[in-house]
Amino acid sequence: MSEVRALIVDDSSVMRKIVERCLRQAGLDSLVVLEAGNGVEALELLRTKKVDLILTDINMPSMDGLELVRQIRAQDLARSVPVVMITTESSEEHVKQAIQAGARGYIRKPFTAEQVKERVLPLLHAA
Amino acid sequence: METSMAVSLRESVDKISDPGNLDASVEEVFQLMLGVECERTQASGETEPESVTAVVGFGGALSGACVFRSGNGAAMEIAKRMTGMEFHEVDDTVKDGIGEICNMLAGAWKGKVPGLAAQCGLSVPAVITGRDYRLHVQAPEFQLQHAYRFEGRRFDVTIVCDGLR
Repeated sequence: MSEVRALIVDDSSVMRKIVERCLRQAGLDSLVVLEAGNGVEALELLRTKKVDLILTDINMPSMDGLELVRQIRAQDLARSVPVVMITTESSEEHVKQAIQAGARGYIRKPFTAEQVKERVLPLLHAA
Repeated sequence: METSMAVSLRESVDKISDPGNLDASVEEVFQLMLGVECERTQASGETEPESVTAVVGFGGALSGACVFRSGNGAAMEIAKRMTGMEFHEVDDTVKDGIGEICNMLAGAWKGKVPGLAAQCGLSVPAVITGRDYRLHVQAPEFQLQHAYRFEGRRFDVTIVCDGLR
């Protein structure tokens, strides 16, 4: 697969590193990672950087992941870029809210590298 | 709708306070994120003088908190397994990692009770470090306090519920 630019959004730097490691284990060797600690930082990045994939937490300070996805779609910043939520919130209600907001995938924390691979690679291949 | 949820959660208090849910949550988080097996152990009261405590609050249908506490050594070992890095002190990365472990434990625990996951929100984690401090909660509705071991390291997880609607 050619170069993939992924934006990882989580208020935990440790979780961002874990997600990055999972993406590399999924075979994305030519991966370029951009990081943001909340939705506001992510939107700032998206105004100037092009990405192929966004993985975001839901519970974050300043702007949560659901609002981030709504803003991405509303502001036409990365309309066709797949967004995957990675979060501790596991209820059907949260999944429904995420999909309605515009997310294309949902991974519940804790997760395995295999789960990240299974959810992310089909989205990249379809893009 | 709110009334029926309140009634069903109140009626589910036995399920919510089931100790097995906490053990299963700890096992799941440590196995998937750290690749280690945990075993429940007796709360012996032995503690390292320096410790790390992470607190994630519950709000909504259930109010309370999930509290993770370990000695510095265990905290650094957990952070090492999460990041692949070596730690010689409890720095910001260790605190961040312990906060995330507590966050995942809280999320996994509330996800084990149908109806609770959607009706109960989580706060962002707060992490406390230091020595000779104790956590007090006055008259909780229920409290689960379990001690665990992994590879010779010990930690405690407490679920405190001080209100259930």
